[in-house]
Amino acid sequence: MKATIRGCRGSLASPGAQTLHYGGNTSCVEVRLDDGTLIVLDAGTGIRDLGLSLATDAPRTINLLLTHLHLDHLEGLGFFLPLWRPDTELHIWGPPSPLDPLSARIERYMSPPLFPVLIRDAPAALHFHDVPDEPWSIGSATVSAQHVVHPGPTVAYRVEADGAVIAYAPDHEPALGGPLVDGRSAWISGLDAAGGADVLFHDAQYSEDEYLEHVGWGHSSVADAVAFARLAGVRRLLLFHHDPLHSDAGLRLLELRARELWPDADEPPEMAVEGAELVVTADCVSRR
Amino acid sequence: MATRPKPKDLVLILAREFASKLAFAVFIADAEGDLVYYNEPAERLLGRTFAEAGEIRAAEWASLFKTEELDGAPLPLERNPAGIALLERRPAHHDFAITALDGIRRTISVTAFPLLSSATTLVGVVAIFWRLDDVGSA
Repeated sequence: MKATIRGCRGSLASPGAQTLHYGGNTSCVEVRLDDGTLIVLDAGTGIRDLGLSLATDAPRTINLLLTHLHLDHLEGLGFFLPLWRPDTELHIWGPPSPLDPLSARIERYMSPPLFPVLIRDAPAALHFHDVPDEPWSIGSATVSAQHVVHPGPTVAYRVEADGAVIAYAPDHEPALGGPLVDGRSAWISGLDAAGGADVLFHDAQYSEDEYLEHVGWGHSSVADAVAFARLAGVRRLLLFHHDPLHSDAGLRLLELRARELWPDADEPPEMAVEGAELVVTADCVSRR
Repeated sequence: MATRPKPKDLVLILAREFASKLAFAVFIADAEGDLVYYNEPAERLLGRTFAEAGEIRAAEWASLFKTEELDGAPLPLERNPAGIALLERRPAHHDFAITALDGIRRTISVTAFPLLSSATTLVGVVAIFWRLDDVGSA
């Protein structure tokens, strides 16, 4: 399968001269299975560019997997071109809430006065799904969701297809649940979703110093992202959800720090870059 | 990779971390009633550290501590607040006596509540123990 990073910025879209390399669009990763199935991970502002790329050959069925409903993961949905086409069948998956159904919670954003059109009035055929407790199938993929540490209902996703595994935990603070050390893996949030993944997209919003000022905000330091990835035994760690205040130069330093922390990694951890394409197979992960 | 133990529900993970920061005794059981964690103040009540004891199956709780009504009458599980929270999925409160491994009988006040991650999903129980015979210490 192939993963294309459409947005990897956290919290707030941050375009500008200081973010040209890693990109300013918020969370969105396009996953294409070998059978052609399209799975979209989150609907941050990066989904707009994905929608434009689908203008001429959009698949009829699109599966959008939302980790949670914070705006940086949802704000692009209204600008996703296939939403405005009647021939689109859009399945939107998200974590269940004990209060309102997924459709009602999304509609809080996609309704006046925050958005001019009600999502229910969009031409596409919309199907809302609470993620189930057990794995389910999308095309040739087996998908699973695991609730993870982040304010409000939030999940990490695991997509297994074509002999490979992509794990996606863009907003995740596992250290809040206790030390990230071997021997207490049952007590570490998200480890099942990420275990043995070929590629893990993981929250690394802060430097270690910055994290000390943001404990409980729902995000990880680079060091905790590395510790989590090592425990999970992932092949390649993509550091994700870049802080809006981090410039390209700052992110390069964080990448160096991650590599310093994991010097014996089979494949060195790297910062996610908007526009990067990863071909993920059982044998290797190659970047285009 | 090596087989990993079954992951705990996120609510249990957060409850454990919360309990570990509190200065009074907290016990956490999972949906099967197995004691999956107790904090340091609870260790003083039980006379055994959690590191020593590890997780304790529901059927083995009785060997760790004896519970009885304040007048010495037996306290069945269905009247124990933790039992009520587990079996009836509702909060409960009761004063009773406990005798742990150190052989000392202590009177305690216990509040327990179910951990429901959805309207129908019970993932465990939290029980908070307050000592009545030594108010001010956990």
